Amino acid sequence: MNRSGSKGWLGALPLLAFFALVFGVPAIALVAGAFTADGRPSLANLSQSLQGGYLVAMLGSVKLSAVVALLGAVLGTFLAYAVVTSRLTFLREAVLTASGVLANFGGVPLAFFWIATLGNSGVVSGLVGLPSGSLYTFWGLVVTYLYFSIPLMVLVMAPALDGLRPQWREAAANNGATAWHYWRFVALPVLTPSMLGGVVLLFGSAFSAYATANAMVGTVVPLVTLKIASALTGDVLIGYENIALALSLDMVVVAGLVMAIYLPLQKRSSRWLH
Amino acid sequence: MFTPRARAAGVAAALTVVTAACGAAPGTQQSTASSSSGPNAATATSAADFGGLDKLVEAAKKEGNLHVIALPPDWANYGEIIEKFQAKYGIKIESETPDAASADEINAVKTRKGQDRAPDVLDLGQSFAISGAGEGLFAPYKVQSFEKIPEGQKESTGLWVNDYGGYVSIGCDAKKIATCPTSFADLLKPEYKGKVAMNGNPTKAGSAFAGVYAAALANGGSFDDIQPGIDFFKKLKDAGNYNPVETTPATIEKGETQISIDWDYNNAAYAPQMAAKGLDWKVNIPSDGKYFQMYAQAINKDAPHPAAARLWQEYLYSAEGQNLFLKGFARPVLLPSMTSDGTVDKALAEKLPSVEGTPTFPTSQQVDAAKAKLAGGWDAAISG
Repeated sequence: MNRSGSKGWLGALPLLAFFALVFGVPAIALVAGAFTADGRPSLANLSQSLQGGYLVAMLGSVKLSAVVALLGAVLGTFLAYAVVTSRLTFLREAVLTASGVLANFGGVPLAFFWIATLGNSGVVSGLVGLPSGSLYTFWGLVVTYLYFSIPLMVLVMAPALDGLRPQWREAAANNGATAWHYWRFVALPVLTPSMLGGVVLLFGSAFSAYATANAMVGTVVPLVTLKIASALTGDVLIGYENIALALSLDMVVVAGLVMAIYLPLQKRSSRWLH
Repeated sequence: MFTPRARAAGVAAALTVVTAACGAAPGTQQSTASSSSGPNAATATSAADFGGLDKLVEAAKKEGNLHVIALPPDWANYGEIIEKFQAKYGIKIESETPDAASADEINAVKTRKGQDRAPDVLDLGQSFAISGAGEGLFAPYKVQSFEKIPEGQKESTGLWVNDYGGYVSIGCDAKKIATCPTSFADLLKPEYKGKVAMNGNPTKAGSAFAGVYAAALANGGSFDDIQPGIDFFKKLKDAGNYNPVETTPATIEKGETQISIDWDYNNAAYAPQMAAKGLDWKVNIPSDGKYFQMYAQAINKDAPHPAAARLWQEYLYSAEGQNLFLKGFARPVLLPSMTSDGTVDKALAEKLPSVEGTPTFPTSQQVDAAKAKLAGGWDAAISG
């Protein structure tokens, strides 16, 4: 199995070249632009991107993504467990297929779907007596994002839950383990890498979402993607392009930090699988 | 369609990449136009340089195409203007990315320099026209009616010229709202709870920015001071009246945005559209905050179809073109002179939402200062 021969990397060359072109070049352009103000090297964009409304938006995005990732991961895992352990194969197939579709349901259609259901003049909001404006808040956006985050989590967790062999549970029971012991010492350690991966995935998709929030809450919930769009395009602001690049760089750093937390944890927990 | 003239940055970026890849072929149109024995279309500053309008038409027909960007068919009647121009001159108009914003247009000019797919003409928010002219992106050109255009609505050499505009207005579904608001002060009334929306985000959409400016004028602010407008929207939000949903024809039809602050030509154009769907969409120019703004036309200095670009300008500033804007409920820049010389279509002019008094305009410095203030202050006021 040891293929660390001298020419092994050659096969990956086309892929590496592709990455260098498609990710590398834009990344360099992004960094170069972020550190340029008025045609000169400068830290002005970066410092401005970490102040005032921009900082508020960055924190708002992190908070929203974290809440969505944690709630989505917990709810998605429970749903996946319920489906996987169900004896109805029909239910299982239906939920997994629906999850595949819903996990990709986003953008303006998603926003309008919620607006039409729970908005100020939504079909359901009148029936349940929802106070006006309650959808267009931080928690309204969380609920909307969960609509695609939970199915995404189900897709991530279902194969992992399938991997839990019934024999493990029987073996644990034979050795006098309670259900709690089984989950604490057997199942959860095995599931942790998938769950962590799911949390990171959910965080990333909520962190980068734009169109839904733009159509649904406008600037009522400050989000960094909305700030980037305002700075980059529109009929109003001129000359804020490099601040948009600096904000994008901030986003890359946040995503990097999340990965920096995720990778060591994943390494630790994946030991159980070997 | 969902966000007129202010769409996702990603779309524009993707588009730029795609077109950059497709447009690699050199601009053949441009080379034929400039190497022909006639006048050089790319440097012509008036129809006279071609030897008259007929010669300009001839040169434009030879080019055969016109490439435009950011002209939504349902915005100021551009759909019909494009159709009529094509029919009149037999020049095919390639209309690309109708929902692009002014910033996207400027980007397209810069990134596709020298390519056949660069936009020939631009329809820009005024401050983008001024900054683009400063960057040397436009060709100076004076249309035949140039002298009739009021001072302050044109750059002296014709690098940009305003062509149509409107007032900030309040649209309202009279079937669902008992009394339609006629002023910004009205909007704070408790009966409009959760109902007051805008056409987008003021740090991005020109019409929403104008809405904040108008609110400032209504609340003791001035062209130098937009802060009272920001404060007004904070008050509106605190009262629970502000509805953050971006207005589109769909949200109006659904009853989600029953009151919408937008340009009067957008709101007025929604009225017949909504009447067909059983809504009674009423338009009022707020009595306490009148803000009028125009959009500007400019010709790309490196237009791949320089003669067609100039002919398009001549058409837009002809009585025919100006009346077509009027048909889209936009107020054309030549409206005063056309009213006095009788070329205006009176029936169309009478359909405009009525306004008292004459409009005044902020200077570009005042607008820039207001925008900087808004960029910093809007989120703080409205979020949470």
